[in-house]
Amino acid sequence: MTATLSVRNLRVEIPTRHGVLTAIDDLSFDIAPGEVLGVVGESGAGKSITGSAIIGLLDPPGRIAGGEILLGGERIDNLAPPAMRRVRGKRIGMIFQDPLTSLNPLYRVGDQLTQTILTHEKMTARAALDKAERLLVEVGIPAAGARLSSYPHQFSGGMRQRVVIALALAADPELVVADEPTTALDVSVQAQVISLLKRLCKDRGASVMLITHDMGVIAETADRVCVLYAGRLAEIGKVRDVVKHPQHPYTHGLMTAIPSLKGDPDARLEQIPGSMPRLGAIPEGCAFNPRCGFRFERCRAERPAAYPTSRSEASCFLLDAAGAAPPPETAAAARAAGIEVRAGAPTGADA
Amino acid sequence: MSAAETRTARPAISPPDTAPLVEIEGLGRVFDLSKRWLNRVLDGSGKVMLTAVDGVSLSIERGGTYALVGESGSGKSTIAKMVVGLLPPTSGSVHIAGADIWAERGLARQRQLHRRIQMIFQDPYASLNPRWRVGSILAEPIKAFGLAADAAAREARVGELLSLVGLDPRDSAKFPHEFSGGQRQRIAIARALASEPEFIVCDEPTSALDVSVQAQVLNLLRDLQQRLGLTYLFISHNLAVVRHMATRVGVLYLGRLVEEAPARELFAAPKHPYTKMLLDAVPDIGMEGVERPSIAGEIPNPINPPSGCHFHPRCPHVMPQCRTVVPPSYAVGDAKVLCHLYDGTDHAGTARSAP
Repeated sequence: MTATLSVRNLRVEIPTRHGVLTAIDDLSFDIAPGEVLGVVGESGAGKSITGSAIIGLLDPPGRIAGGEILLGGERIDNLAPPAMRRVRGKRIGMIFQDPLTSLNPLYRVGDQLTQTILTHEKMTARAALDKAERLLVEVGIPAAGARLSSYPHQFSGGMRQRVVIALALAADPELVVADEPTTALDVSVQAQVISLLKRLCKDRGASVMLITHDMGVIAETADRVCVLYAGRLAEIGKVRDVVKHPQHPYTHGLMTAIPSLKGDPDARLEQIPGSMPRLGAIPEGCAFNPRCGFRFERCRAERPAAYPTSRSEASCFLLDAAGAAPPPETAAAARAAGIEVRAGAPTGADA
Repeated sequence: MSAAETRTARPAISPPDTAPLVEIEGLGRVFDLSKRWLNRVLDGSGKVMLTAVDGVSLSIERGGTYALVGESGSGKSTIAKMVVGLLPPTSGSVHIAGADIWAERGLARQRQLHRRIQMIFQDPYASLNPRWRVGSILAEPIKAFGLAADAAAREARVGELLSLVGLDPRDSAKFPHEFSGGQRQRIAIARALASEPEFIVCDEPTSALDVSVQAQVLNLLRDLQQRLGLTYLFISHNLAVVRHMATRVGVLYLGRLVEEAPARELFAAPKHPYTKMLLDAVPDIGMEGVERPSIAGEIPNPINPPSGCHFHPRCPHVMPQCRTVVPPSYAVGDAKVLCHLYDGTDHAGTARSAP
């Protein structure tokens, strides 16, 4: 089966006065039909830029400098703007963080919905209005018929985000790119919006790329998760595996740094020293190596590819079965942290 | 009050005093959102009052961390501002170590009191003056309260503060923009410590930070509390962070403290239906793939809150009296709950047996 979305070796560059910054470096992932892929990372990791690159809305001077993006097997990264406009909205729906900025404050909600529907589908204005009302009913807006003539400011934050979801799904897209869809909402409303988004996409068989910094949201919503660090892939795999058995030292550090509602509240949080490098100062070799507790010679000199483990794929030399071995104490410490160290061992020797 | 006397008021590591350091009694704040007088007369509209905080009473033990949790519009930050002395309350009182911070007369007494209370704000990008060097930012409270004899002593103290929060004393020559978000929050913490306070109000101190940095700041706050015997009022919407930091937790809903309990008890056995709902709603990494019971409704408009118990339109256990009678505070074990379910009569086992 063809992946709904396939990103191959994506590279996004931002030329600045101080040289070219590489915001996304050699990023590859697939989203299967009907799958929810979580994209997680700290600020500056390149989550939103990845989303913008896919929907063809990179802020200039940012540009795609390499790789390809395929939607249902067709390349969309090199489409001319008018062709891309037909893909955007029709085949890819978008949901952004702040519902107030994604809705036009001067138009009634019904007008915005019918306009979107009529742009992508051939139907009468009457039929479009009916469809708009059905969409509002589907996203759980009470008295949907009457609310069609309301302006965005007359809705609460949660209701507004429901309208945005209705807009994103108006043309029955194959893929929905949701960039921090619940970050601006309160927890009790966040849970409602997420379960709504998940249910509607499942009903329609749409795939979702869910971009967020909140690992909790990913853990409960996504099928697979892709962890980004400094514009590069750190780890990708099933949510359960990545949360419970992280294989990349960064993912491992992240999971132990997040306070949880389970576990001992008095235990000290593990902390990763330092902070993520700025784009202009990404270290040589593995981008994470200055903060990594398990670094060895090779990490400072070379860049790791994504190596498979028994659960997920992670970009770390500890997992490279064909590579040089780390010092025994480093390997032992990494094993104690649950990382399947394969470097320097005959394939399959590691349990 | 002289500078020498001020020095003697430094926090002791193990204060013999067992009375609570902070006592808040019936605190309330009403904001007047009415149009101007003439417009009101012309439109025939009445006054519009918003009750942001409604009769909140709580006390904080010395060396303890009291966490206030609630969603937007619950009054968390308004309480914080009234406790530190930035916003006068409409009713009620705030006592710090026995002194009423809103009734103190005389500039010297007030200054002395304000030195003992400091605040850490949410956004370290907005709370540090971008035109001041870090050294000047940290020296300002020392100068203002006369805590150092001369410039050399002040400089030494600035270096000491920077080391205390895990930065390099040489960083005092830099400007805030040269630091990352987590480092800036460390600077804000150092500034709060500069006046040698006993009590620090932390208003969402890690909400603007990334998770890997959040852990560093939370650990730092806990370490400093142990070393300096600090008392915290910790305000957050993140329940997992609160669980990690707090000794006692208060849950706010539309300005009222609906539940108050020791942290362990609150998270193990929440009593108020709103607390239960909040705990059910939080996405948590320990609970992947869990389908949750959906929560109904949103926070109502605080200008026109529901009658009786504010939570009744969303409450799964709503009873007739909830719509009309404001629930009083019932003591349930160590917890205080504002809910009619706990009035002592049997409500056919609605929520009493849960969770």
